[in-house]
Amino acid sequence: MSANTTTPPSVPGKVPEASVRGAEMRGTIARPGREAVEAKGWLRANKWLLMRRASQLGILALFLIGPMFGIWIVKGNLSSSLTLGVLPLTDPFLLAQSLSAGILPYKEALLGGGIVLAFYLILGGRLFCSWVCPVNMVTDAAAWLRRRLGLKGGKAPDARTRYWLLAFVMVIAFGTGSLAWEWVNPVSMFHRGLIFGFGLAWGIVGGVFLYDLLIASRGWCGHVCPMGAFYGLLGKTALLRVSADKRKACNDCMDCFAVCPEPQVIRPALKAVGQEHPVILDQDCTTCGRCVDVCGKDVFRITTRFDRSES
Amino acid sequence: MNQKSDNNTSKQGVQAATSRRRFLKESAGVAGGTCLLSLGVGLYTRQASALPSTALRPPGALPESDFLAACVRCGLCVRDCPYDTLKLAELGDSVATGTPYFEARKIPCEMCEDIPCVVACPTGALDRELIDIEEARMGLAVLIDQETCLNYLGLRCDVCYRVCPVIDKAITLERMHNPRSDRHALFLPTVHSDHCTGCGKCEQACVLPGESAIKVLPIQLAQGSRADHYRRGWEERDAAGGSLIGDQIELPVRGMEGQDYGDTRLRPGPAPAPAPSDAPAAPGGLDSGWRP
Repeated sequence: MSANTTTPPSVPGKVPEASVRGAEMRGTIARPGREAVEAKGWLRANKWLLMRRASQLGILALFLIGPMFGIWIVKGNLSSSLTLGVLPLTDPFLLAQSLSAGILPYKEALLGGGIVLAFYLILGGRLFCSWVCPVNMVTDAAAWLRRRLGLKGGKAPDARTRYWLLAFVMVIAFGTGSLAWEWVNPVSMFHRGLIFGFGLAWGIVGGVFLYDLLIASRGWCGHVCPMGAFYGLLGKTALLRVSADKRKACNDCMDCFAVCPEPQVIRPALKAVGQEHPVILDQDCTTCGRCVDVCGKDVFRITTRFDRSES
Repeated sequence: MNQKSDNNTSKQGVQAATSRRRFLKESAGVAGGTCLLSLGVGLYTRQASALPSTALRPPGALPESDFLAACVRCGLCVRDCPYDTLKLAELGDSVATGTPYFEARKIPCEMCEDIPCVVACPTGALDRELIDIEEARMGLAVLIDQETCLNYLGLRCDVCYRVCPVIDKAITLERMHNPRSDRHALFLPTVHSDHCTGCGKCEQACVLPGESAIKVLPIQLAQGSRADHYRRGWEERDAAGGSLIGDQIELPVRGMEGQDYGDTRLRPGPAPAPAPSDAPAAPGGLDSGWRP
């Protein structure tokens, strides 16, 4: 309530100030995207979200129909897999730890790691986070519930935490001579658990959910996860990017900020802060496309990093 | 004008210094926090990487410390195991989370000739140098309980010996005199480390109702280190083609005159004095006096 006294009086009829507070005052934080549903219809206002869920669940299904129905398209898990008996894929984050622990893996793993590395290096590192990683569904659910319940506060660690943690993950791999992070990594544990059986790993996944829900908004994926940091570093030259090319149409409703898992990446492109062009080039952007969905004015679209056009 | 710009630069300098100081302070906090967290993870790893002695690694597994650096916990070995022997450790199992292992008493290794689990491993945590499954050393069988082993009790169970895929090399039946009956033999299952692969078939097959009398243990647990300073006379003799210390005098052993050298069996003496009628029947000694 003390915050009210510091708010500058808003002029009636004028578009409210572009801030989370402004959006809170209009009650859009709890249900962002309402305007987009009215303007574009429910399907178009959830297009990228649905495609993303289809991608996440589809990939999970590919791994699961083997053990469940005996149809072996993909064997293994996200750490390393073999598709149709020919295509090896290996997580380069794990390979980096293995190398740091002093082991040179076989060429299948190196080849598989190279393929994955090339894919994310070209298209965008954090595509992994938003289109593949199963934990994304957990943290998205936590973020959704947090908005709905109107939970605020908590303490999110510094956004650089994940990069420090990434560095220390490599250090402890070197120090212990083992893949030490894999003892606690909720990401690989969740995926492996879904396919091979959980044990007590539910506890760790539940812990991530509760952490995001109660303690830190977007805490795990946005601040802590060293795997996300690793893929973020791969995404420095990402080809697929979100552009706020119709930013002139922006009415400062703040819906995009409310849904964005990395809200700090939007401002430079949308408000031309520190850059002229409207493309979000920040490596932390996961190219999830949720901002495209929830924008009633169709400000955003997914394009390439070279498409700097504005309309 | 100059004065003003000087002022500006110094102001900017102060601001820059302040923000730099803040940046360094925050960075130090984050670095310290993550360092502590990593230290915790590292210590937890050290503690949680002890492998329980009932958990066996797949054939060809690197030594445990290297294995934990190379295994990415993908489960491809588990998928290609035709007998569902291998499984990935779940959180809460006492094996490092996500790594493959098997328990011999439940499902032992069937020792496939093509070793599909080793072929499937993409990282080399299972070493492809292993091409002959009989060279695998997953553990070492130990007849750990001679008090319950039926063969040690004088019965002819022999099951562990019969199921051994390397029968007569990894497990032999060593014939011994049965001193309890004095006229039967004991066939003692005896494991030989130079042939035992640690597949666990013997442990699984042991007929005892609960725990097995023969168990596959990690090699470092099952085996003593060899006393290299001790020369084994019989080996030296074989190597040299003859005794190195000449023929030995055979001295008579009192009470065993007339027996072959090395035959230490006792001969029945006079019948034991009849036991007092109210005492329970005396248990059979070395020679209970029983005759067919």
